Amino acid sequence: MMRLLMFAALLVTVHCKELFKGHQVLQIIPKNDAQLAFLKDLEDVLEFELDFWKGVTAVSCPVHVRAPFQFLQLLKRILKRKDISYVPMIDDLQAVLDEEQKEIELFARSLKPKNTDSFNYSRYHKLSEIYSFQDMLVAENPNLVSKIVIGQSYEARPLSVLKFSTGGTNRRAIWIDTGIHAREWITQASGIWFAKKIVTDYGRDPILTDILNGMDILLEIVTNPDGYEYTHTTNRLWRKSRKPNPRSNCIGVDLNRNWDSGFGGKVFSLFNPCSETYHGPRAHSESEVKSIVDFVKTHGNIKAFISIHAYSQLLMYPYGHTRNPAKDQTELVQNLAQRAVKDLASLYGTRYRYGSIISTIYQASGGSIDWAYDQGIKYSYTFELRDTGRYGFLLPSSQIIPTSEETWLALEAIMDRTLKDPF
Amino acid sequence: MGFRGFIVLVVLMGTGGSPTAAVSLKDESAHPNFVTREQKDPTVEEGRGDVMATGELNPSHFPARRAAKVVQHYLNTRYGSPYRLFGLEDVHSATAEDVADTGRRYHLQISAHEIISNRTQKCSADVFFPRGEPTQPPEVKASCEELLQNTTAQEEALYQRYKEGHSLLSAQYIPDSQGHIEPDVMPFWHLSIVASSFIMLHESTENTLYNMAQVAQITQLETERKELKFDSHMLLHDMVSQEILHWKLLFTWSPAEGIKVQQMQQIPKPNH
Repeated sequence: MMRLLMFAALLVTVHCKELFKGHQVLQIIPKNDAQLAFLKDLEDVLEFELDFWKGVTAVSCPVHVRAPFQFLQLLKRILKRKDISYVPMIDDLQAVLDEEQKEIELFARSLKPKNTDSFNYSRYHKLSEIYSFQDMLVAENPNLVSKIVIGQSYEARPLSVLKFSTGGTNRRAIWIDTGIHAREWITQASGIWFAKKIVTDYGRDPILTDILNGMDILLEIVTNPDGYEYTHTTNRLWRKSRKPNPRSNCIGVDLNRNWDSGFGGKVFSLFNPCSETYHGPRAHSESEVKSIVDFVKTHGNIKAFISIHAYSQLLMYPYGHTRNPAKDQTELVQNLAQRAVKDLASLYGTRYRYGSIISTIYQASGGSIDWAYDQGIKYSYTFELRDTGRYGFLLPSSQIIPTSEETWLALEAIMDRTLKDPF
Repeated sequence: MGFRGFIVLVVLMGTGGSPTAAVSLKDESAHPNFVTREQKDPTVEEGRGDVMATGELNPSHFPARRAAKVVQHYLNTRYGSPYRLFGLEDVHSATAEDVADTGRRYHLQISAHEIISNRTQKCSADVFFPRGEPTQPPEVKASCEELLQNTTAQEEALYQRYKEGHSLLSAQYIPDSQGHIEPDVMPFWHLSIVASSFIMLHESTENTLYNMAQVAQITQLETERKELKFDSHMLLHDMVSQEILHWKLLFTWSPAEGIKVQQMQQIPKPNH
């Protein structure tokens, strides 16, 4: 392993150029003091470009020296004339390095999961890993999962939706999005887990099977890929998109203030591009939002819209931009949110509060579920996942699976209700 | 956007009123994982528009929750240590009243959860938010049921280890991006949250809800004095504005003296 690392270091410094072609490494053992003295002198001869891997120390102690190709024959003639015996340890150093390089690449490849069963669900993943996961899931379940690219982000990354469907044409569907706010890593991680859960449970779990036999599930795991990438490369606590704002040094729009629902409302969606809740120049000005709006409108048959955020342990329904109650509020409250948080708590005792956005957390304009509800999507909910502030956005990865498991129970309750309500 | 202000405080004790310590010996230690109690009906209206609620408050709505969070910060400034840290477990009931033109007072019944010993206890608290400019910090009084768990031995051990000065603590990004904290660093994360609670308490209003987001950097400084001394860069999260606030905090700690803030200063967030 050490040699592997040593060669890796060597490789890095030579920038993959073939600098060691024909170089040999010789083992030389001085038999007496005269030979020892000679070899010591040889160490100081810079013109031969000799590289002593194991220096000259004492009689009978081996010396290892790398000689470049152009000086090799000369060196061997000199050693022979002095009756100093040598043995080649490495005939062609470049060949050895090439072989090691292959080994390193193979090893690195072995760390990448080959399928969604060997994917590590207990770790937060980079964007490229999530994209790979999505493609693997589709490849493994071609009759159940497909990937729809609904648009591109500001930095031209694909906005991908996984569609889980057992058939039919434009069936009633459930929309779920995670990761609209980049730093809320537990949400994208849960999205991944939900995706795997769906393919695993179809045909095994009666509730999920019934749901998928009657409806489609649409899941956008990385709703804000530019922001997510930025949380990996530069600022773990980034929230917004990464689109520059004209006439300002500050970048980004809060994608959950950019929807056409009380857009630009006075109180807490600020006009300031430097604000974390800057709503952008116009409703739907951001491609990450517009692509969902267009998709939902074109689809025309979405019956539940669930946006997942973190943190605070809340399950909320519209509205955020006004105190007027949603017209289905009683039904939403008593029949569903209450049931969903109870199901969630049943697994690990995690306590959620529920209520309208504006009462429970704050007034917020231009939010996704306000818009979705006003489109006629009755079952519009937003989750704020674990925790309540102890770790906040930096939720330990060990909590990914428990969080996903308990949240799934609440999602199932909502999806099941949506299935049974033929509105 | 320039930075808001520059506060230099030589604070000898925590802010806030003096609580009356609990006398009751009842050992409540409620298991935090009990089945969800029925939440108070969220459709109970509290008042419309921008007028803040008064009278009986819905304990699961944000006005009561924000006031209760202030009590959490207060408890941490008063009792927190590397081995004692409070979280807000629940709000049972809350009322609010305007106090002439001077401000608003909340009265709360809450449960506080001591995270390290995993014990929950009920507390009764008053939070007064003064009105007017410049904004004054809230005033808190709280009394909780239980006597505090003894953490002296652990604190002494930690103190001795870092007082010897063979290596001064220096760490950054706690927790890391994966939410991980090295076991050796854990007590300093707790200490950082407690120290930050002085800032969060000082800065809280009815329109904020603070939590610690991350310790960007904490460095132990050489000092002639008995207490350990730390220079730090804290990242605080305000749920209401969603902003990450950057604060430099210079503080000392010893088991005997507790935490004392020497200097706290908000610094501008990096340009992006």
